[in-house]
Amino acid sequence: MRFLKGFGQFWYDFIIGDDWKIAVAVVAALAVVLALLLGGVTGPALAAFGGVLLIAFFTASVVIDVRRSR
Amino acid sequence: MSGASWGLVASTFTASFVEFVEALTIVLAMGVTRGWRSALAGTAAALLALVAFTVVTGYALSTWLPEALLQLVVGTLLLIFGLQWLRKAVLRSSGLKALHDETEEYAAQTAAARQAESKRRFGIDTFAFVVSFKGVFLEGVEVVFIVITFGLSAGDMQYAVLGAVAAAVIVLVAGAILHRPLAMIPENTLKYGVGLLLASFGAYWAVEGLGVFTASGESLSWPGSDWAILGLLAAWIVISRVLVVTLPRIKGAPVATPQEGMVR
Repeated sequence: MRFLKGFGQFWYDFIIGDDWKIAVAVVAALAVVLALLLGGVTGPALAAFGGVLLIAFFTASVVIDVRRSR
Repeated sequence: MSGASWGLVASTFTASFVEFVEALTIVLAMGVTRGWRSALAGTAAALLALVAFTVVTGYALSTWLPEALLQLVVGTLLLIFGLQWLRKAVLRSSGLKALHDETEEYAAQTAAARQAESKRRFGIDTFAFVVSFKGVFLEGVEVVFIVITFGLSAGDMQYAVLGAVAAAVIVLVAGAILHRPLAMIPENTLKYGVGLLLASFGAYWAVEGLGVFTASGESLSWPGSDWAILGLLAAWIVISRVLVVTLPRIKGAPVATPQEGMVR
């Protein structure tokens, strides 16, 4: 059990790191693009929109982080 | 060797160099305070585990996963790593987080090592072994993902590996000669640059890889194809500079020196 806990903690530290909001921002942005894709939106414009979303969600996560630390 | 190959070597070299410097600091701290035998045993075990991880992951990625799923998985991981680095770089540049200092990191590691109780198994100090193993394996796995991504996206794995190996050799030799952390390396600047690269390649690949969920299973295409990576790079540079300027105002504090007003 201790090994499993340590193993899980290792991969959490490795993938999620110090700020879980970054991982959430990435997954949320990709989920929005996926929803649009499955809804029938296709083409290079969707990929470009995905890039914009990733930047916007990252910005939001950093701003939330800084505001909370005030 | 073409310009693109040099660029590939430089990218994996820089990214891997930063990771190896961090691993070296941890191993040095354990070696000096708890004994070289245990620190080097942990390092050797981590290197063996890394080789096994690379072989299994490389085989699984190249044989079982369709191209689009590979792009999605590796791209998403790279994107998360890159944005973590970019976040820290932005906070450091705006004075909201202390600059990373290998000398301070070394001091913290050695202090923790001196306080930890001594438990020995098979003549090996467990604390030094585990900390060295974890440090080398953690940084090494990041290097593996970086090499895979840059190598596959450039279609040239040899040069990607060459960059990482060169970085490992230089850090090892420097560590062996100096016997102290490589604090003179402009690590914060390097991390900012690497964070930008990882975020750009990661975003490109992760979005492309979403095509795995379509009926055809083919990767999504970006406007301008591979040139979109440069567009992403420019966008990450712009947004990171904007954040550096605006975050101190959002925090409602005057622009602090990097040692003051840390976020975390």
